Amino acid sequence: MPARIEPLAITAASATSALGRGLAAHLDALRNGRSGLAPNDFSSAPLDCRIGRVAGVEDAPLPAPFARWECRNNRLAWLGLEQDGVRAAAARAVERYGATRVALVLGTSTASIGATEAAYRRLDHGHFPDDLRRPEIHTPHSLVAFVAAATGIGGPALTISTACSSSAKAFASAERLIRLGLVDAALVGGVDTLCDSVLFGFHSLALVSRTGCRPFDLGRDGISIGEAAAFALLERVDAAPTAPRLAGYGESSDAWHMSTPQPDGRGALAALDAALARAGIHSDAVDYINLHGTATVKNDEVEAKLLPRFPARARASATKGFTGHTLGAAGALEAVLALLAIEHGFVPPSLGCARPMPEAAAWLALQPEVRRIEVALSNSFGFGGNNTCLVFTRGEPA
Amino acid sequence: MNTLPALRIAGVGAWLQGAPDWPSLRSVLLGERGLADTAPVKPAANILPAAERRRAPDGVRLAAEVAAQAVAMSGLDAATLPCIFASTHGELAITDYVCETLAHAPLELSPTKFHNSVLNAPAGYWTIATGCTRASSAITAHHRSFAAGLLEAAVFACAEATPVLLACCDVASTGPLAEMTRTTLAFGMALVLAPDAAAGARLTLALDAAPAAAPGPAGLALARAAGDNPANAQALLLLAALAATRSTRQALALSSGSSLEMEITP
Repeated sequence: MPARIEPLAITAASATSALGRGLAAHLDALRNGRSGLAPNDFSSAPLDCRIGRVAGVEDAPLPAPFARWECRNNRLAWLGLEQDGVRAAAARAVERYGATRVALVLGTSTASIGATEAAYRRLDHGHFPDDLRRPEIHTPHSLVAFVAAATGIGGPALTISTACSSSAKAFASAERLIRLGLVDAALVGGVDTLCDSVLFGFHSLALVSRTGCRPFDLGRDGISIGEAAAFALLERVDAAPTAPRLAGYGESSDAWHMSTPQPDGRGALAALDAALARAGIHSDAVDYINLHGTATVKNDEVEAKLLPRFPARARASATKGFTGHTLGAAGALEAVLALLAIEHGFVPPSLGCARPMPEAAAWLALQPEVRRIEVALSNSFGFGGNNTCLVFTRGEPA
Repeated sequence: MNTLPALRIAGVGAWLQGAPDWPSLRSVLLGERGLADTAPVKPAANILPAAERRRAPDGVRLAAEVAAQAVAMSGLDAATLPCIFASTHGELAITDYVCETLAHAPLELSPTKFHNSVLNAPAGYWTIATGCTRASSAITAHHRSFAAGLLEAAVFACAEATPVLLACCDVASTGPLAEMTRTTLAFGMALVLAPDAAAGARLTLALDAAPAAAPGPAGLALARAAGDNPANAQALLLLAALAATRSTRQALALSSGSSLEMEITP
């Protein structure tokens, strides 16, 4: 088991998803059980399903100095940076520590592939159209390169792309950079946007629900795809003792199959155990688990096998019925939702789950619940058997 | 603290058409021989089970081949090594196929090609083939992907006191996308970095708060040899330093504001 780590303070955080822009919109939707899923109106020939689309991205071009980064994914990144003072907090970190003492680690699975798809739809005699002849957006690194330019962060700048665990792993990579003293702060997060690759790709795997995802419901029949931008600024605890904390994380590989999880849950459990060990926290002390809960038959069946690890009083929920599965952004988005649960003392419900799987029912919150949360976990499991579990705790009393 | 504790390079793997392993590429870098002209077009990737090898896209075969070489040289068990797979572009031929199919017949998209299109396909196939349950990752940083992967692997090795496998691979670009992602040939390399090994070249890394200088004539020649892919050129710079007999220092571009200084003592 890994050794305990020093926790890190989360000095700024925000999320933008189908639930709206910023923390207040997410808090309101989660408390009132209001889903952001809506009928699919994305792409020229929309599949019959529901999606979690962020409103208004089409009407929010990047500011002129960033025009070369223009694409839906970077627009969503910019919208996300502008909420809850994230960009200002990053600027303060750059000012305080120096640009090269701040790292940028973001997860994404789609990056700006939507722009590459658009170029293929509009090929001009086999060549990309003039407005899309920009190599910097036809790379999975486009998000990080843009955010570095937009924030002035000049330290290590890394894209993690491990499918649905991408932005959860960003927290782990950033912690290691800070622990070794290479940087003093890190902006972490994830941004994924709706595009044909994921809508038709998951459809081809027969993993998309037509009627909307129902995590941990007996009748669950697949995912709803969403888009989101979520960010968190990590600093050492002495910079902000009362701020909530990243207490631990665990990463593992299933070594099983490219697109289905290891059936007895061993891989996921290894990530969970490593996360608790780094945090120095026993599973009995866990108050809330934000489950990966994609609502595919297999994922939820395997993830339910982790629940007996927790005490009967622990509460669990999957929030993808609110936001859809935001893929590479899901780890960071759900980390921010777990932080909201700690800060505001409530458990978000597993929206969409009406008939819970019996093996999970004892832990699942089906309605919003008011309760004090000291320790919250967030699970993220990706294609290729890539697992990450994050542990968050409350800061010192103010 | 800008400097990481020293690591040893306990294993090296490489594949380039005409130099299908590290000893042959080392000879080429030392000028002892040229690239073999009767070389296989694809890496053998024998570590993948036959059925997986048939399904695996070119980038996965390349990554599995170089990773297996590096692990074999290290004498370590692949199942115990956390692994990081770096790439500038991922599976370029599959990206071309996916975008082409989506433009004309989106409902005909192949599910296998879709799940092979993720940047972590090599990490997935590798961990499945070797039974590795440790952390695995897939990273990119466009033209600085090798430097970013090297830093990520070295930081993991130092922070967790464990040997780590790093592979850095790109396949040739194809289709209309090639104009945006110029890479003219497949090239891959892998390293096993170990914090406490007794043997192997010594690697010391430090962050420098200045962007790296533009490559000189030698660097430009390496870039051409690396298929005009700048991340591959970064990787060849390290391999050339490993092939040399004396200690060398190089700076690799890492991000818009930083470079990664590496000192290698064979």
